[in-house]
Amino acid sequence: MDFQVVVLAGGTSKELVPLVSKEVPKALLPIANRPVLSYILELLEASNLKDLIVVVEGEEAAVRVGGWITGAYVDRLHVEVARVPEDVGTAGALRAVAHHLTASDILVVSGDLVCDVPPGAVAAAHRRHDAVVTALLCAVPVSGPSETGASGGKDKAKKPGRYNIIGLDPTTQFLLYIATGAEVEKDIRFQKSILRAVGQMEIRADLMDAHLYAFKRSVLQEVLDQKDTFNSIKQDVLPYLVRTQLRSELSSNGMSQAEENWNGKVASQDNQALSSQQLPPGMIPTVPSFHELYAFCPNGSSPPKRTHKCCVYIASKGKYCARLNSIQAFSDINRDVIGEASHLSGYSFSAHNNIIHPSAELGSKTTVGPQCMLGEGSQLGDKCSVKRSVIGRHCRIGSNVKVVNSVIMNHVAIADGCSIQGSVVCSNVQLQERVVLKDCQVGAGYVVTAGSEYKGESLARKEKSQS
Amino acid sequence: MDSRRASRMVIDPKPKVRQVGFFTPGAPPERTKSSPAESLSSPPTSDMSPAGNSLSPVMIPPPRHASDNLSSSLGLNSSRVLPVPVPMSPIRRPSTGDNLNLPLGSYNPSESLLGTSLSPSSGFDDEGLSEDTSTSGWFVRGNPGKVASSFPSGGFDTTAMKSRNIPVVSNLTTVSVVKMPPGLSGGIAEKGGTLVEVQHEQVRDSKLKEKTSKAERRALQEAQRSAKAASRAEGSKTAATSGGVTAANAKPAKAKASQKKEGSSVASSDRKGPEKDRKKDVPHPRMQFDDKQRVEKAKRRAVVKQTEARNRVELFRHLPQYEHGTQLPDLESRFFQLEPMHPSVYKVGLQYLSGDTSGSNARCIAMLQAFKEAIKDYTTPPEKALGRDLTAKISSYVSFLIECRPLSISMGYAIRFLKNRIAKLPLTFSETEAKATLCSDIDRFINEKIILADKAIVKHAVTKIRDGDVLLIYGSSCVIEMILLHAHELGRQFRVVVVDSRPKLEGKALLRRLVSKGLCCTYTHINALSYIMHEVTLVFLGASSVLCNGTVYSRVGTACVAMVAHAFRLPVLICCEAYKFHERVQLDSICSNELGDPDVIAKVPGREDVDHLENWANNENLQLLNLMYDVTPSDYVSMIITDYGMIPPTSVPVIVREYRREHLWM
Repeated sequence: MDFQVVVLAGGTSKELVPLVSKEVPKALLPIANRPVLSYILELLEASNLKDLIVVVEGEEAAVRVGGWITGAYVDRLHVEVARVPEDVGTAGALRAVAHHLTASDILVVSGDLVCDVPPGAVAAAHRRHDAVVTALLCAVPVSGPSETGASGGKDKAKKPGRYNIIGLDPTTQFLLYIATGAEVEKDIRFQKSILRAVGQMEIRADLMDAHLYAFKRSVLQEVLDQKDTFNSIKQDVLPYLVRTQLRSELSSNGMSQAEENWNGKVASQDNQALSSQQLPPGMIPTVPSFHELYAFCPNGSSPPKRTHKCCVYIASKGKYCARLNSIQAFSDINRDVIGEASHLSGYSFSAHNNIIHPSAELGSKTTVGPQCMLGEGSQLGDKCSVKRSVIGRHCRIGSNVKVVNSVIMNHVAIADGCSIQGSVVCSNVQLQERVVLKDCQVGAGYVVTAGSEYKGESLARKEKSQS
Repeated sequence: MDSRRASRMVIDPKPKVRQVGFFTPGAPPERTKSSPAESLSSPPTSDMSPAGNSLSPVMIPPPRHASDNLSSSLGLNSSRVLPVPVPMSPIRRPSTGDNLNLPLGSYNPSESLLGTSLSPSSGFDDEGLSEDTSTSGWFVRGNPGKVASSFPSGGFDTTAMKSRNIPVVSNLTTVSVVKMPPGLSGGIAEKGGTLVEVQHEQVRDSKLKEKTSKAERRALQEAQRSAKAASRAEGSKTAATSGGVTAANAKPAKAKASQKKEGSSVASSDRKGPEKDRKKDVPHPRMQFDDKQRVEKAKRRAVVKQTEARNRVELFRHLPQYEHGTQLPDLESRFFQLEPMHPSVYKVGLQYLSGDTSGSNARCIAMLQAFKEAIKDYTTPPEKALGRDLTAKISSYVSFLIECRPLSISMGYAIRFLKNRIAKLPLTFSETEAKATLCSDIDRFINEKIILADKAIVKHAVTKIRDGDVLLIYGSSCVIEMILLHAHELGRQFRVVVVDSRPKLEGKALLRRLVSKGLCCTYTHINALSYIMHEVTLVFLGASSVLCNGTVYSRVGTACVAMVAHAFRLPVLICCEAYKFHERVQLDSICSNELGDPDVIAKVPGREDVDHLENWANNENLQLLNLMYDVTPSDYVSMIITDYGMIPPTSVPVIVREYRREHLWM
């Protein structure tokens, strides 16, 4: 269908320290014992998109991600990994691979997206409207542990960065305004011209930009070329395109050549252009969007104004969509993938609504509640209790251990009498006897001494975080 | 039906604007009403049975078509006895005849999946390996054992080297490749074939359980015959699938046939068998949707997932009606799975489905443009003839478009034209030549049949608009808009009454354009028609098609407008390009029509409080009917303005016979 896919897998994200490290870049963080990147790759594979470019920040991360993909997806996907320096931003990452892009439209996906919205739907909406950009919007995920009495008081402050202020036209097909919630202070400024052309704007705060975009290639490349200060797709490129949709600068500053390119190459895509060149004006599409009305109507004599369309595809309510961009999101997604959005995990659940690998060993009187996952070769001692948690591979857990609402990665040793609540314990961590963790993050390889109690702290090896 | 005819009888004896023969552009319709020919001709016309009316003009020799109706009606009385060569419906023809070469399993997602995953890798595997040492050293360092290569293998080498210095440009490393098992390229087709075959067997199986009709028994016989032929041709082939097939086959079949089959594992290998079946299974474009078995069959091969609407109106059960909400999201979500569909065709399909493109001309142009794109990107597969393969491709596109929305009549003609051009391509043409010829043919069709035709219509129609006229228009027809604008440019002083109707309210957009050009307009809904008609002097209507008996097939409501205008003794002028004329004869709007989304008439936009019909689908006693088209009997039509001139409705067959064939027989 003439689409190319770029997966922006990022590098080692700062928000996710101490979960991420040189060994575990963000893309490989386990969600229900599978790297987060696998969710988006499998979604793309299910959509028959098997030719992917994965962009990774940082050399070492690229090697690791590439190695993992080779192991997991050989014979299934055709993946190319591109390495970009750190801190180039999403736009920079795209700029780096821009010369590889040849298809008429590009699908840009963030590698930390866990969702089940078919990318084809976004692509189809993009094609149908002949838009320059189409963004996937989804409902803001419920943050914090849902319906858990156990850790009621731990509601973290809501991350405003995840919320967007989004302006839509009455048909909810076109994007008129977008801002990140964090940038909005007291007032929002809208453009009069857009408001006048549309007549009515719906402003939503309950939608989240899912970082899955379909771009028209020529436009994307042009914007990236000309605006070399643009650093982020979400904060620079998309708002720029939205802002200029009624006075498209894409045409005025040297766009003509590229424009002809996409008119010639994907002609018939543009009924409007067609009608202005060839057909009498009566033959514009019978249900014109406000762009066409704006371009043609105001006073018949003036030449049609250049416009471009920014569309949205809003995922339906039943779809799951979340981004792994904070520690809170990490625990949320882990919880959801083995809980309410269990179809994403690809595992089959037992009668007790949990997943216990056959090689896992449970001691006597140990209970593993519903919505839990126990990885391969893990051992639990006697009288343990596991609720709504994910436990990775080859963990050794002693007796009388309570694990609630937590994520425990691989090769973790937990001694007797520990209690872990709402925490994330990375690989190779050692918890000695009677450690009590509440809402903590423990970085890889850390050793928690016996009897210590932590609440809401982030524990990591010093030299690790510095190096 | 009866009541309508009775009422017509009352009106008919003194028709005010009955028009006969070709008119010179200068003569306004009112002038000719008292001509002797007209008074002679109209009573017999109205007396005729509609069937006779429609068929008769076919028999009139060409030079006489301009003569008065009396002679034609006389000729028709005698001609009724003659075996009239009734032309077959054009939409019917292409799909039954031309789907011969429909690619096997073209809708089969599994096949397309295989096909795409393989194509990129084939070049990659061998080229990539040879280069990995030179280009992507850093990667090899990390994973010496893995397959690594630079992206576009050959020419890319230099950029990759550059990337060492310039940090922005990055090179790509292939980390995962889809390997192609040896000899799979041949295997795909067979696999596709097997799948289709199995599917068909199931169809057959289920069919037999029910009481078979004549057609089905015949289909079964046909299938058995083909299976027999297959078994004769091929002795041995793959085990598992065909074994299953045989089992499925053996159950229903007669003893003799099954014995034969069990001996030699049949089917799947020989591609002719399933292909033949497939041809038979192609749903008729005018399929009767109350025939459950056929609908089931069609559904199985449909690209667009179709959930049939509940609570359908009994009289219109034969028309397709689906849950409108479900189709678009489903089709959208499977965007990437439908690989055999060309993107531009897919896009047009989406636009039809979502209603972004509507109107006969717009849809036809969109379709032709999409086909042009598809032809440009087309390459003939090896060991296939362009003519045959491309026809099959176009057929599959067309059936996809039909699933999105039933074809309009204009599109039927355009498709027939295109297929004819493909068939007529000289064999000596190379592929590029053939493609260029076809593209220019399509352009020529759009230009001649639509754009220039519209210009000609405008030229003719403008002569009918005089100063002080009040024109009534209904709905939104692009050619009528052009007429009004042109008349305005010429400086005629006239007023326009735009009549609109729910639920589409297409007139609003038209009104907006007219007013912005400075025309003086009145906007009203069809409910107020009889009131507003007092001040009107001339009625202009567009048409989706004009049928052979002079019946005008058009947007629903047109008949109502024409009837009221007729009752007010106003001339009703239909503007319609000649390519939309059709050989079919239709007496009512029941047998062939289109059903729209019933929800849109249940809801009032902008008034959420008016929700009396909420959850109407759950009420068994309620059926909503949203008809898209109706037919206007020729009695209400004074004149049809077409690109060949202004003609009475009785002369439509002349145009169809004399002018429309040129393309098909050229």
